[in-house]
Amino acid sequence: MSMNAGKKSLKGATLLLEALEKEGVDVIFGYPGGVLLPLYDALLDSSVRHILVRHEQGGVHAADGYARVTGKVGVCLATSGPGATNLVTGIANAYMDSIPLVVLTGQVVTSLLGTDSFQEADITGITTPITKHSYLVKDAREIPRIVKEAFYLAGTGRPGPVLIDLPKDVLAAEIEPFSTEMNLKGYHVPGKGDSDKIAEVAKALSECSKPVIYAGGGVITAGAGAVLKQLAEKASLPVVTTLMGIGCFPYGHPNLLGMVGLHGAVAANYAVDDCDLLIAVGVRFDDRVTSGLGHLFATRAKIIHIDIDLAEIAKVVRTHIPIVGDARLVLEELLEALAGFQLPQVAEWWDQLRSWKNYYPMRYDKDRLTAQLVIECIGELANEDTMVITDVGQHQMWAAQVYPVVKSRNFATSGGLGTMGFGLPAAMGAQIARPDDMAVLITGDGSFQMCIQELATIAHNKLPVKIVLLNNGVLGMVRQLQKYFSGERYNQIDLQGNPDFIKVAEAYGIRGIRVDSLEQVRSAISEAFEHPGPVLLEFAISPNDDVLPIVPPGKPITEMLGG
Amino acid sequence: MLHTLAVLVENHPGVLTRVAGLFARRAYNIDSLSVCQTDDPKLSRMTIVVNGDDQVIEQVRNQLNKLVIVHTVTDLTAESVVDRELALIRIQVSPETRSEVLQTVDIFRGRVVDMGRTNLTIELTGDIGKINAFIKAIRPYGLLELVRTGKIAIMRSET
Ligand SMILES: Cc1ncc(C[n+]2csc(CCOP(=O)(O)OP(=O)(O)O)c2C)c(N)n1
Ligand SMILES: [Mg+2]
Repeated sequence: MSMNAGKKSLKGATLLLEALEKEGVDVIFGYPGGVLLPLYDALLDSSVRHILVRHEQGGVHAADGYARVTGKVGVCLATSGPGATNLVTGIANAYMDSIPLVVLTGQVVTSLLGTDSFQEADITGITTPITKHSYLVKDAREIPRIVKEAFYLAGTGRPGPVLIDLPKDVLAAEIEPFSTEMNLKGYHVPGKGDSDKIAEVAKALSECSKPVIYAGGGVITAGAGAVLKQLAEKASLPVVTTLMGIGCFPYGHPNLLGMVGLHGAVAANYAVDDCDLLIAVGVRFDDRVTSGLGHLFATRAKIIHIDIDLAEIAKVVRTHIPIVGDARLVLEELLEALAGFQLPQVAEWWDQLRSWKNYYPMRYDKDRLTAQLVIECIGELANEDTMVITDVGQHQMWAAQVYPVVKSRNFATSGGLGTMGFGLPAAMGAQIARPDDMAVLITGDGSFQMCIQELATIAHNKLPVKIVLLNNGVLGMVRQLQKYFSGERYNQIDLQGNPDFIKVAEAYGIRGIRVDSLEQVRSAISEAFEHPGPVLLEFAISPNDDVLPIVPPGKPITEMLGG
Repeated sequence: MLHTLAVLVENHPGVLTRVAGLFARRAYNIDSLSVCQTDDPKLSRMTIVVNGDDQVIEQVRNQLNKLVIVHTVTDLTAESVVDRELALIRIQVSPETRSEVLQTVDIFRGRVVDMGRTNLTIELTGDIGKINAFIKAIRPYGLLELVRTGKIAIMRSET
């Protein structure tokens, strides 16, 4: 409660903070500026915790990481103009992965709007294509309604970022507080699925012989992991996941074939190609899965698409049975509907799947220091509740391929936008969201330097993030592409000039451990895990290692190299 | 194929940008768009004519529906509808052609709304086909200026 609560009139800024408190906001990641003076003043009297990041991009990625590991709406704050434009990458990142954020930006006073005034940027205009919705608040009395709507929009249906642009005079205005209702007549949240269609799916399932479940981030959003597992176990269904779906089905479960797509497991890609019934849940047939060849994807299958977003149905592939609804509710209904039908005969299918799985495991050298070996060792020393956050590049794909994620919301990665620099601030947000669970960042030497300034935020707030830097001295993923698809004509991938990362960490007051040999890997990781504060663990790995298998651009997903 | 969508949207600044931006971003082709406040001042009705096959139109409708400011989207193409467009057309005339032009205007049930020494301004309403036919008919006389509203449409009553 604010100190002003008893008084008659309230400042817009106070009203805003009270509205945030009502939504259960415990922390915001922000960076101040001129137009935010009224808000930073009011923050002094609020229960909302403010984390001062070192760059607004760090703030929005931190809020994103917070949201990914909790399912709650993440909140960030930036000043007008450059503060707001610094958020753009992070907003786009959250939008692509359907992550719930409320993004607060300061704006110039309303009388100067549209006049190219100092630090004015049309941030609602700039972010229209990358937000679920946005508001420019013109009257402080609208604040309670708009905040309520923003949280509702961000967190329900297909989640996404919602931006609220707050002119300085609106934040400073003295007004009589009053509560107001939401006014969202154009917004509907799908719930249960169409029962006739669900019965159709149950029938199709009982009649098929080669079923596959293709599960994505929507399963995690909907909290549908448990029911998905029940369904898969009951009907002996194999499961493949997308990058965003990692964790929705436990690693090591016999029904899991692995990740599907460009760097997917061979068994997963073959299964999708060969199946006669594809149950797609909370996925969007992204081109990293389909190779951008919707018409060549699962061509032998009857395709069932379960999604909360009607606009995803038939966007990429033809769908035989579309079901719009909440994935958890729909799968529960499907499980019930299945009672009236025979379970599919899948023994032969499983013989085939098992032979693919055995014939094409994820392979890598174990007699030298490789990224996969490090990641597997982390998996062995971590526990079920450890959160793994990644950056973008080869290290990300290796983490996706071999890290044993067993629970939803314990793997956070930039999927849709592929944003280098996401990892460090996201890990920071994740650690703040779940202080009792360990946050392990897996990053590369390129990505790490894109938001490296957040080491200060981590150090200052004593966040015990374990930073695993897989240092190959190159932009490895681009190097690999040049190796395979530009005839080894390497260009601009060498990160000469990299600093001594251990010294950098130490300069921020963060412990650094460098590992150059295989023998040190395990002990270094345990040492880092036992250390109560943040640690930078740097592993020197070869620039020549490739992420395999790989589907070359424009090829169907069965044509994998290096499987 | 051309589809006519009736889109009920909230009536406030920024709404048009959101709708137009969606079309641009997803590379849907707007043939025409007309918009005005409805009887309820909080709402506007857009009539959007858009070109695309069934799958594209389905996507357009679904994407429009996702916008929070869009209340309803109705495809008036398959329905039995009345549609109209209004055009204002300035035509060059001379003493020799004036009566011929006026005759043509009469046949199409247009109205003369302004008159100069060397030109006439005609108001014409009708479906798109009629307006196109009129323009074709008078073009040889000299088409000086043309402005069209784009199509608006309404569903026919059931009986
Ligand atoms: C902001 C941004 N810029 C450029 C890229 C293109 N890109 C993708 S992976 C990659 C290299 C990443 O290098 P590093 O972080 O060292 O990871 P590695 O691949 O070496 O493991 C680049 C440049 C990107 N994804 N994001
Ligand atoms: Mg690298």
